[in-house]
Amino acid sequence: MGPDVSSPALWLAIVAMGLITYGLRLSMIILFGRVAMPDVLRRALRFVPPAVLAAIVLPELLIADGTFALPPSNARIVAGVVAAAVAWWTRNVFLTIGIGMAVLWILQLVLKS
Amino acid sequence: MTPRSAGRELRAGITAVLPLLIGVAPFGLIYGVLARGTGLPVAMAQAMSLLVFAGASQFLAVGLIGTGAPWPILLVTTAIINLRHLLYSASLAPHMRPLRPLWKWVLAFLTVDEVYALAISRYQRPPTGGTGEVHWYYLGAGITLWASWQSSTAVGIYLGAKVPAAWGLDFTLALTFIGLLMPALTDRATRAAAATAGVVAVLAWSLPLKLGLVLAAASGIAAGMLVERAFARAAQRAARGS
Repeated sequence: MGPDVSSPALWLAIVAMGLITYGLRLSMIILFGRVAMPDVLRRALRFVPPAVLAAIVLPELLIADGTFALPPSNARIVAGVVAAAVAWWTRNVFLTIGIGMAVLWILQLVLKS
Repeated sequence: MTPRSAGRELRAGITAVLPLLIGVAPFGLIYGVLARGTGLPVAMAQAMSLLVFAGASQFLAVGLIGTGAPWPILLVTTAIINLRHLLYSASLAPHMRPLRPLWKWVLAFLTVDEVYALAISRYQRPPTGGTGEVHWYYLGAGITLWASWQSSTAVGIYLGAKVPAAWGLDFTLALTFIGLLMPALTDRATRAAAATAGVVAVLAWSLPLKLGLVLAAASGIAAGMLVERAFARAAQRAARGS
């Protein structure tokens, strides 16, 4: 299913995404001295990247076409695990992408033949 | 406070951001390719870079749009993933207090991760002559990064139309996030946050409207905070006991 790109709602959503992001960037600069950031929020912020990233990555790897998929039919999970190891040791995003894609392509070639 | 020192700060900001573009431009390129691969029209793909100007949330938005997620989910995830900008905003605010409102509005728009890092370091270790002209440095770095994000997006959009779907380039989305996730797992609390969020996301996958993603992120953040507090208490007890 592709996106409903004809819909004006998608344009509005993109504008609203811009406004939300801008609002977050501007907030404390404008409100300085009038509003203190709640302590709970300050503590929560540290966990936003690991939580959000894991919530996106795991389903991307484990679920294909709406159902759980395991190897060998699912080459993505193997490529993902290799990529995670590369990311862990090198901390280099571009190397992670490069090696992950290479593993995916090799597995797809092997599985097809 | 002279035009000359303003110009010098502007140039210093541009020079400081140039090496960082090597890391930023490929992301813009991949974003453009992905956006076209998802079927986003050229104008929308570029408009998102122009208006949102935040790499990770643009990647995610493209992924969500591709699976037909409705707009409230798009907005909630954008807010969650960009929450860190609240922290940047709070940390820059005291330094920016003397600036006129127009400066604040323009600089806030340009404050992506890299620009924040440069600006805050400059404010904390100002050049000789004080922090009076640092906003020019901030502006130089911000505009340069913004321009490079726009042009790399445009190149990616152009290339994206030529890449066949069989290459599976949409997988670069997951790989990019894996590359960002692993270095974020710095301690037990962050690992607990990631593990909880990942498991909940898979279990809640079938929830309508991509609500599983929001639920998973919230559970992960809560788990991280709980583990952090549990270890802080245990450490306190150990300190008292010894």
